[in-house]
Amino acid sequence: MLNSTLSQLSRALAAKQISSVELTRLFLDRIGALNGRLNTFITVDEAHSLGQARVADERRAGKGNAGSAGPLTGIPIAHKDIFCTRSLRTTCGSRMLAGYTSPFDAHVIERFDAAGAVQLGKTNMDEFAMGSSNETSHFGPVRNPWDASRVPGGSSGGSAAAVAARMAPAATGTDTGGSIRQPAALTGVSGLKPTYGLVSRYGMIAFASSLDQGGPLAKSAEDLALMMNAMAGFDARDSTSLERPSEDYCRSLAMDLKGMRIGLPGEYFGDGIEPGVRKAVEEAVRWFQGHGARTVSITLPNTGLAVPVYYVLAPAEASSNLARFDGVRYGHRAKDYVDLADMYRRTRAEGFGTEVKRRILIGTYVLSHGYYDAYYLKAQQVRRLIAKDFVDAFARCDLIIGPTSPTTAFPLGAKADDPVQMYLNDIFTIPAPLAGLPGLSIPCGFDAKGLPVGLQIMGNYFAEAQMLGAAHRYQQATDWHLRAPGEAPL
Amino acid sequence: MSLTPDQLQRIALLARIEVGAAELPGVTDCLNGVLGLIDQLQALDTRGIEPMSHPLDAHLPPPQRLRPDEVTEPDRRDAYQKGAPAVEGGLYLVPKVLE
Repeated sequence: MLNSTLSQLSRALAAKQISSVELTRLFLDRIGALNGRLNTFITVDEAHSLGQARVADERRAGKGNAGSAGPLTGIPIAHKDIFCTRSLRTTCGSRMLAGYTSPFDAHVIERFDAAGAVQLGKTNMDEFAMGSSNETSHFGPVRNPWDASRVPGGSSGGSAAAVAARMAPAATGTDTGGSIRQPAALTGVSGLKPTYGLVSRYGMIAFASSLDQGGPLAKSAEDLALMMNAMAGFDARDSTSLERPSEDYCRSLAMDLKGMRIGLPGEYFGDGIEPGVRKAVEEAVRWFQGHGARTVSITLPNTGLAVPVYYVLAPAEASSNLARFDGVRYGHRAKDYVDLADMYRRTRAEGFGTEVKRRILIGTYVLSHGYYDAYYLKAQQVRRLIAKDFVDAFARCDLIIGPTSPTTAFPLGAKADDPVQMYLNDIFTIPAPLAGLPGLSIPCGFDAKGLPVGLQIMGNYFAEAQMLGAAHRYQQATDWHLRAPGEAPL
Repeated sequence: MSLTPDQLQRIALLARIEVGAAELPGVTDCLNGVLGLIDQLQALDTRGIEPMSHPLDAHLPPPQRLRPDEVTEPDRRDAYQKGAPAVEGGLYLVPKVLE
């Protein structure tokens, strides 16, 4: 059961081979056994989870008034601790919100509740989603289940590691510059960042609102599609939520790869890639070529500017979004202060960690008088060039394939003191959110150290079903996504 | 462009974040490293390019909606104030601003 896909679990629940209470108990016990070592969950409430499981069992039995059961009814799902929940505290990985319980549920939480899924707990994350290693969490780093001396990636590192260690069948995450895809790659799981606007940001604590997008992490592309069917949908409370007819993200899982044009951007296969990553990604490309797809060389010429653009725009938006944490309406307040301004300054100095403060300061600077045009407007102009690169590329291909990250999981502490090195590692995941495009990562092999390698598939706006279809075909022929890590034996 | 410790203190004041004297040199150095990274943008000629502020603005008609100007939220003041550090009589308490 621990290694089963969502559709297998769904069938087992429907056939009464297992109850939701038993299934939830199984994963709670797994969390109990492994969390001390991997630190993937910040908050678990067994009584709450089991209560929801009992309701799901009644729903599957046709009792109660929650409506008929769906594919996710009774399946435990872990949630990144950035999604507000009324029943579990929501910390966003920060001291600022260490004691915060939200008076409302995020739209994503409402959707999973309506589907009858069980809230398994809240997963660890980089503080306010600012980080690529999960080392900035106030609650301590998450450890990679493939090698506990290494990072799981970030910022959705807890969600990725929980799925990798089979502590949760699937999890939610958010992606601003790679925070779903990069940890998915580094922990050997599948993760999807949808087109901007498909998943409501209501109740998803804001980092950089023009980039933030919720999405799923799971073992397989097919599971990602099932998760998307529950997560995506219009929500009037998010002004950027898209009003579109609902779609079935499973609809292209049986698609034929014949004639599909796969773009290989030269910039994604340059010198900075580790040999083990290159080898695994090139082998995956050959697999697609051998199964009917045609590859075309493309260029995304402004790729090298994506990281600098991101580190103007994301901190600028963050400095504005995080102004709300002032010690007045919720969250931490400093004990000692002399006046109101001093209370703000001390509250924020104490409540925020080093990386969050760094980004707020950068954002404040680039938005300040005299620098706005030189930094902020300039970055918005280059953002358009990056988006245009993709428009040109998708005129010549259907999907773009490359590595998710230039490296496999790095040791804890290796980049923690050098933010610029940490930032540059996200070079392949930052362009898609700048353009608002969807991207996913699936496992495509291991390097010589036995660490998983992620294959990134990017598609045009609203091409999620096609991307998931291509990924699913690959996963039917390979078993990288079914391998479980040595640090968390089944 | 690079920041001096004095300029950093000014930014910290605007951001309402206290930066102590002991951490000031380290924070300044670190921020200058990041500014070095983003200064790469200055080399590019971007004259005539329209700034992109919404990730889908090149692709879709403006997706920002306006809703009818009607009351849609119930009064949940008590629920919202439950998590506040200090409240009294339905008001948020802050240090005295005016003597």
